[in-house]
Amino acid sequence: MDFSTPPYVLGETSVRRVMLQVLLGLLPGIAAYVWLVGASIVLQLAMATLAALTGEALMLWLRGRPLRLFLSDGSAIVTAWLIALTFPPLAPWWLIVVGTLCAIVVAKHLYGGLGQNPFNPAMIAFAVCIVSFPALMSQWPVLGLKLSLDEQFKLIAGLAPRIDVMSGATPLDALKTALKLGEGSVDVPTLLATQDVFGNFAGRGWEWVSSGYLLGGLWLWQRKIISWHAPLGFLGGLSLLAAALWMWSPQQFASPLFHLFSGGSLLGAFFIVTDPVSGCTTTRGKLIFGFSVGVLAYTIRVFGGYPDGVAFAVLLLNLCVPLIDMYTQPPIFGMKNEP
Amino acid sequence: MLRQLFNFKGGVKPQTNKAPSVQAPIGQAPLPSRLYVPLHQSIGGSPNPLVQPGEQVLKGQLIGSADGWLSAAVHAPTSGTVLAIEDHVAAHPSGLPTLSVVIEPDGRDQWAARRPLDHRTLAPERVRELLRDAGVVGLGGAVFPSHAKLTAAKTVAVEQLVINGAECEPFMTCDDLLMRERAEESVRGIAIFRDLLAARRVLIGIEDNKPEAVAAMQAAVLQLGEDYEVVAVPTRYPAGGAKQLIRVLTGKEVPASKRSTELGVQCFNVATVYTAYRALAHGEPVISRIVTLTGNVEQPRNWEVRLGTPLRDLVALGRPKADTSNYLMGGPMMGFAIPDLAAPVVKATNCVIAGSPSLFPASPPEMPCIRCGACAEACPHELQPFELYWFARARNFGKTQEYHIFDCIECGCCSYVCPSHIPLVQYFRFAKSEIWSREREKQAADAAKARFELRNARAEREQTEKAERLARAATARTAERKALPVKADAAASQPAASVEAAVTTSPVDAEAVKKASIVAAIERARAQREAVQPRNTEQLSAGQKKEIAAIDARRAALADPAKPADATSERTGG
Ligand code: SF4
Ligand code: SF4
Repeated sequence: MDFSTPPYVLGETSVRRVMLQVLLGLLPGIAAYVWLVGASIVLQLAMATLAALTGEALMLWLRGRPLRLFLSDGSAIVTAWLIALTFPPLAPWWLIVVGTLCAIVVAKHLYGGLGQNPFNPAMIAFAVCIVSFPALMSQWPVLGLKLSLDEQFKLIAGLAPRIDVMSGATPLDALKTALKLGEGSVDVPTLLATQDVFGNFAGRGWEWVSSGYLLGGLWLWQRKIISWHAPLGFLGGLSLLAAALWMWSPQQFASPLFHLFSGGSLLGAFFIVTDPVSGCTTTRGKLIFGFSVGVLAYTIRVFGGYPDGVAFAVLLLNLCVPLIDMYTQPPIFGMKNEP
Repeated sequence: MLRQLFNFKGGVKPQTNKAPSVQAPIGQAPLPSRLYVPLHQSIGGSPNPLVQPGEQVLKGQLIGSADGWLSAAVHAPTSGTVLAIEDHVAAHPSGLPTLSVVIEPDGRDQWAARRPLDHRTLAPERVRELLRDAGVVGLGGAVFPSHAKLTAAKTVAVEQLVINGAECEPFMTCDDLLMRERAEESVRGIAIFRDLLAARRVLIGIEDNKPEAVAAMQAAVLQLGEDYEVVAVPTRYPAGGAKQLIRVLTGKEVPASKRSTELGVQCFNVATVYTAYRALAHGEPVISRIVTLTGNVEQPRNWEVRLGTPLRDLVALGRPKADTSNYLMGGPMMGFAIPDLAAPVVKATNCVIAGSPSLFPASPPEMPCIRCGACAEACPHELQPFELYWFARARNFGKTQEYHIFDCIECGCCSYVCPSHIPLVQYFRFAKSEIWSREREKQAADAAKARFELRNARAEREQTEKAERLARAATARTAERKALPVKADAAASQPAASVEAAVTTSPVDAEAVKKASIVAAIERARAQREAVQPRNTEQLSAGQKKEIAAIDARRAALADPAKPADATSERTGG
């Protein structure tokens, strides 16, 4: 019994519990994802988890930290899952391993381990891989592709030729490419209505994956694992900018709803900008952080060269966190009327 | 009775564990074979012993008189013989010894003369003196001398008097039982405090998990025809913190830098009010208190215990279970581990909890902070505990002050919710004590510097005075010579020469002396100017100046223990 200091009773909470709930929160999105692209995603999740735990164990051992305590905290698995969910589902196995190791070894442990990393490790993995392997990172399976488990496994293991099945694109990508090729002769409403890749209000199928993340995120909020500030800021920033441009020219820009349910929007809103370690800590800071990520993500996704902008936007804002936190310190008890 | 309640941010809801100790009524603890009454039982000056070893004392007899205004008297808890006045282990986390009067009870429990008084017939000043001499202090745990809190601020009338019966600490039920069983006397005592403060309204705050106490107090108020409001406040730790209760009942937030009277509100623990009533209306000084004995014992219960009773004797009344491993004094959120059961029950002893490994499991290993912000969410003072933690760890104490470490009341909510199980309060105590000891060092250095400068100034003054004396003498001699030229001329050549010599040298001397004294005067003026306006603060920005002013204010608050203690007194108990 540790009688050195009060309080002598503690709440029922631990890092492991927090991380476990984050993982649970991801499940609805994962389920929809499996339904959409097949079991390959489970394989990717497993590989990422394995790679993350291996990297974590290695680094803990090198740094002389207690292995059991930190390996079981669940933080590496959260990172691993976020990586698996942002990488193309049929990417070769080594891509996800490289990305995960990069996140755990470099972004996490070289910065001091749990709680010390200024950048979101999963986003580092994404950024590093999309810069280093842009082609592989943009090969998404063609929609409705029904591959057997065996074929999926072969693709991931690198035992089957990739080219023919991998010409798909994410809905965001498809939209951007079509607009670029059309040179003004096509407009967004027609595209959305005619192309197969688009569904009711966003990418076909992807709508449901996003809805899954939304569901899980709301659950986390209800469990008080995350606060609403960063997600709302993010979704607000994204949809405000989207709405402004959409109202200005609906021919050229997709609706805010489309953007909310496309790409990494909802995953980002509830599972990435909410990362406590690399995000802001004050309530106003979280709003500002989320909002800025939203605005930047939209900008990069629509005007930049990458299919989605969440990763870069998050990393950029990670840099600003200390500053935002410093300037958004809330007034304390009894000092609210002070100048 | 519908009244708008305010909310305080943060707080936690630990298991209350109050039920076991409210089953039986308050018991009278038997007299032990020896009483060890510490002379110092309040925040403030340590009383001087008034008795000698071998002396016979009566119950209630003054054995230690209040030392100065901010102090409270100490009395013999029963009649008997003074065996010794010696150092005895204190009921304090450190277990350091403190000067105590050891009394062997004679078993007769014979009262000294008691003089019941009606406070309404007495001058307020006299009432305060009486309270001090009856040893009335905050019984919520802070043991701040009550009389020192009974003066309204000069410019602000006391709008509300808050009586704290919230008792938010888990396990603790002494105030609950007091209110259930002695509601009338408690309510009667409120009038003393109300009249001294000229408070317009009285609000009695009780957590809503004590419906019996609420009902009893309401009935007593009704019966006595008072207009006090008994308010059930939501149960949430630390609703019984003085500042939190004031916030909940009045909406006012008292910052660490202010006394609550400056905002027109004052707060007393209900047990304090009760003892004040006994002291005046019955002439009975504070010689016992109600203590909750609970936790890992066969018979959890509240006891009225004579002050000075060794904790060992008290604990035995509850029959601790075999696996009892340790004892806490106070609640599990803010209490401390009792280092030695030989320590006596004192005025601050509101609760003794027997602990076992299953009741208070070992705290899990500390993990790194993940900046989840749960601690900030739980902090009732709306601080950013994790920032304080980072700065305290980095020994960046200036920053901890910038992030308001002295507003932390050490309630433990942050530690309670931290998923990384970081003993945050421990870090904050460490930082505070470091800052205090640095302040003390600085004060000592300042004092030494002042002494040194004083000595220099004196030496300089003496030198100047000497020079001036010389100059005066020289001028006098010149004048003398001028007045008596004939005489000098007429005098023999030998003495004339000497006078001549004196005259020729004197003006030069006088000149030098004059210069020296001017230089000295300029020096003095400069020193004075510097004393008024320290040089290194001349070219600061407004922000920096404000910061310095704030630090100075904090320092002043530290130097004057009345201030912060006043603000935080009776925080737990209730
Ligand atoms: S609750 Fe603990 S882990 Fe979370 S921010 Fe506070 S100190 Fe860090
Ligand atoms: S111990 Fe201090 S920092 Fe922690 S919650 Fe209480 S007041 Fe806030």
